[in-house]
Amino acid sequence: MSRDAVDQIFVSVKRLLLSPLAHLPAWLIQIVSSLINIAALLGVFLTLFAAMSVLERKILGRMQNRYGPNRVGPFGLLQPVADGIKMLIKEDVVPARADKVVHFLAPILIAAAAILALGVIPYGRNMTPFAIDGGILFFFAVGSATELGVFMAGWGSNNKFSMLGAMRAIAQMFSYELPLIITTIPVVMIVGSLVPDQIVAAQSSFWFVFTPWGATAFILFFVSGLVESNRTPFDVPEGESEIVAGHMTEYSGFKYATFFLAEYIGMFAVSGLAVTLFLGGWHAPIQSLDFVPSYLWFFAKLSFLLFVYIWVRGTLPRIRVDQMMNFAWKFMLPMSFACIVAAAVWHFTGRGWFSWLWSLGVLAVVYVALSILLDTKRKFAPRTYRFAE
Amino acid sequence: MLSIFLLISAAFFSIGLLAALSRRHAIFILIGIEMMLAAASLNFVAFWRFGPSPHQPTGVMIAIFAIAIAAAEAAVGLALVIAVYRHYRTTSVDQLDQLKG
Amino acid sequence: MNTAALAIIAIFTLSAALAAATLPKLMHAALMFAAAFVGLAAFFFLLSAEFLGLVLVFVYVGAVAVLIVFTILLTRHDLEKDRGFNLSGIIVAIAVFIGLAIAIFKTGSLPVVTPEIPTLTVKQIGAALMTDYVWPLQCVGILLTAALIGALILVIEEKK
Repeated sequence: MSRDAVDQIFVSVKRLLLSPLAHLPAWLIQIVSSLINIAALLGVFLTLFAAMSVLERKILGRMQNRYGPNRVGPFGLLQPVADGIKMLIKEDVVPARADKVVHFLAPILIAAAAILALGVIPYGRNMTPFAIDGGILFFFAVGSATELGVFMAGWGSNNKFSMLGAMRAIAQMFSYELPLIITTIPVVMIVGSLVPDQIVAAQSSFWFVFTPWGATAFILFFVSGLVESNRTPFDVPEGESEIVAGHMTEYSGFKYATFFLAEYIGMFAVSGLAVTLFLGGWHAPIQSLDFVPSYLWFFAKLSFLLFVYIWVRGTLPRIRVDQMMNFAWKFMLPMSFACIVAAAVWHFTGRGWFSWLWSLGVLAVVYVALSILLDTKRKFAPRTYRFAE
Repeated sequence: MLSIFLLISAAFFSIGLLAALSRRHAIFILIGIEMMLAAASLNFVAFWRFGPSPHQPTGVMIAIFAIAIAAAEAAVGLALVIAVYRHYRTTSVDQLDQLKG
Repeated sequence: MNTAALAIIAIFTLSAALAAATLPKLMHAALMFAAAFVGLAAFFFLLSAEFLGLVLVFVYVGAVAVLIVFTILLTRHDLEKDRGFNLSGIIVAIAVFIGLAIAIFKTGSLPVVTPEIPTLTVKQIGAALMTDYVWPLQCVGILLTAALIGALILVIEEKK
């Protein structure tokens, strides 16, 4: 089979599935086509979720010099099946004075928002499930609906720890939502469109991560993505030693699995968007490696980013709440604005080698200024020794 | 077609008016005001869509600015509610009558 | 098809708005408010103003609803039900609705068939914002900054 046939195999399969229905009215064909897209998306990402839940534990185990789960199946790879059965047969305990409807709908809303966000990412050539005009804006609009779900979870449980955890979680999420969105503005500005397909097409010659503003924006976007999915080192909302499980305390069984699912799919969505915006989407790094299908390149880059997520989780301790807030508002927000200015400088000085140095200069100036301004001069108290008398 | 959208926007407006007039909690009144503003933007966009010059984005522009102003007003209004609550320990607007008479 | 979608979205939005206006429990009303705005965003999609629909979801459901819910939390002191409901408000609201409906039906020359318009892309909106509407943009920026600073000053606790 030629290179294009392998590359477009999913598109051709879908066209084959839709061809016997050609006599139906147009809106019905559109609904069936959307349903096929949704089924494919759910199939791929739920499998990836299951695989990742066991791979994460194995990789974390290896980093901590132990094996991960290795009892169920060869090398422990059937662990998700065991986990699923355990979650399904657990008793569903709802607190007596909890608000039943709100308590029930909260995990559904969070999971729905995360899965909706997956729909606008281009997974390969001509393989965006739903191509709408304001694609990136749709991603963020849906992502901000997650906060409401977290609040519903915390309030619906009628538990002070849940409420506290929910408030901390929401404070963390909306503080980092600003750097998340503002770091995508340089990319949208340079490409001139909000459509993810066009952003990927604009990176056919070089990826945006290889420019100074792109690299900074990518790092800031990645860190904000870490925070948005409540991953360590930013997992204050699920800090086990502090507030039991935060807003997820009163959930057991399948509802807890739904929270877990929502966190992982949020991670996939943010990594997918990072690949689309900065790492060139489904393009191959070098032109000669073009024979590998586009979706395989996308998933390779996605897997690399997920590995970095797991790596960071295994390495860093949890960050304190006030350190996290200071970091968001005092450092990341000014740096993201500096990225916009640096991207504009890069564009208007001709996009050559010299403009690379100019934009790097802008970023360096802002970074040095911030590190001087934010230097907390810690005065250490003189060390005293007290001995028992 | 236009009249259906106008009717829906009028219904939304009157529901917002209902919320603003018949509630005692200050936050509900703010919710009502937000609904009224959104109904007005829906009205503008409906007229833009079915009007004489839909290739100029006039209706959408008005709606964008209206949404921005509504968000700013909601923020300040809610800050006022919190400040009043801290002072008087009540959010019922019936009990905020210090300036009466 | 278009009429069916319009009917479903209209019923959903108006019932959510009615629930937001009349439910006694504060939290439920705030969540119904968010649902009503999602329905309103769907209306904007039907009117081919997709950018506006997304901005509505972003601003209202993502920010204003969270603000309202936070404020409900901070001003609670164990009173979760709104104890009062003035019935005269219903009469005024119905009167206003009837007045507006009469005005709508009496208006003459409104087009019956949906005209096809060129799609309004985000690029056109951005270009218009930067050329024709640059003054309102700057004014709204100043207004938002003033609102931000004002809200902060209102809420900040003085250090005793």
